[in-house]
Amino acid sequence: MAGNNMTSTEYIQHHLQNMTFGLHPENGWSMAHSAADAKAMGFWAIHVDTMLWSIGLGVVFLWLFRSVAKRASTGVPTGLQNFVEMMVEFVDNSVRETFHGKSRLIAPLSLTIFCWIFLMNIMDLVPVDFLPMLAQKIGAWFGADPAHVYFKVVPTTDVNATLGMSLSVFALIIFYSIRTKGLSGFVAELTLHPFSTSNKFAQILLIPVNLLLELVTLLAKPVSLALRLFGNLYAGELIFILIAMIGLWQLPLHFPWAVFHILIITLQAFIFMMLTIVYLSMATEEQH
Amino acid sequence: MNLNLTLIGQAIAFAVFVWFCMKYVWPPVMQALQERQKKIADGLDAASRATRDLELAQEKAEETLRESKEQAQQILEQANKRANQIVEEARDNARAEGERIIAGARSEIDQEINRAKEELRAQVSLLAVAGAERILESSIDEAKHRELVDKLAAEL
Repeated sequence: MAGNNMTSTEYIQHHLQNMTFGLHPENGWSMAHSAADAKAMGFWAIHVDTMLWSIGLGVVFLWLFRSVAKRASTGVPTGLQNFVEMMVEFVDNSVRETFHGKSRLIAPLSLTIFCWIFLMNIMDLVPVDFLPMLAQKIGAWFGADPAHVYFKVVPTTDVNATLGMSLSVFALIIFYSIRTKGLSGFVAELTLHPFSTSNKFAQILLIPVNLLLELVTLLAKPVSLALRLFGNLYAGELIFILIAMIGLWQLPLHFPWAVFHILIITLQAFIFMMLTIVYLSMATEEQH
Repeated sequence: MNLNLTLIGQAIAFAVFVWFCMKYVWPPVMQALQERQKKIADGLDAASRATRDLELAQEKAEETLRESKEQAQQILEQANKRANQIVEEARDNARAEGERIIAGARSEIDQEINRAKEELRAQVSLLAVAGAERILESSIDEAKHRELVDKLAAEL
């Protein structure tokens, strides 16, 4: 536990608060010293810890794969190359099975999604106090009050990270829809389904109903994508925090939950990837 | 969980990562994989071709072996036949030579006998005449008696 003078509520809240840098109405561009500060900053704030970890992990992923790609040989693969090839083939197979169009983007996109989310999720397995306490020490070094140094390690427990990805995917869905079906085709898809009649007048009446239904369907895609990942990881993280609070007994509890969490981590990364492929595949198909 | 600039930052980071992956990670790995697949396929092809070649070669070798065995057999038979022939010929020659030698010897013996007979005949006549001369001690008409003795010698 981070300091014995904290209550459980404070401890949990401390752990669930991002390190926020933003435009405070009173203090200008500054670090948020509390949850209230962060809230006051509104939209013009950035979660330093989320950005740091996600970009860092993304760079680790790309560096790892790039180092293999540079010296990829056609001979007998060894060690790391084996692993990378396994991942690439796994993603390639998933894409081939689901996505029937031709696109140079989908497969690398899926690989990036899977590996990046997996790496971000796996930060969940680092004991919850390690890195935040380290950050507090470093913060204290720079003269900040340790109690106000917030540090959230798992980027996917920040809804901004998951929503950032799912909205990018959403943009791709719309892009692919329009590219395959044309703007009119895309609009027709939104307005002429699922209710359609041969009667022109009735069809016009049905347009608002169709639009409402289809818009909900469309918008549900990025939202569900983002919230599913966020929710799973947030809940998992919360349970880790709760386990961390019970003192010495946390050890026998922490281990099984961590083992179980390995499954969740992989599964959520896989689900995000598969749903992205499915959505994009639906976007590129003529009829739905 | 405040929605803020992080959202846009994450989207940008995501886009950059995907772009990098698409540009610098995916193609080389995929290319290596495909090339290896091709290589393996080629290798398997070559292996099956080599197996087929080996089978053909083995068949050919067996055939050649069989042929050469047959040839050897033939040669052996011919040689045996020829050897028999040679032995046969030699035997015939030897027999003919022997017969010839025997015939020569026989005719020589005959000649010797005849010559001996002639000599004997000549001497017998002389001896007879001389004997008769001594017995009679008288002159005898040599011509008359010689004729008689010659007749006698011819009958011998």
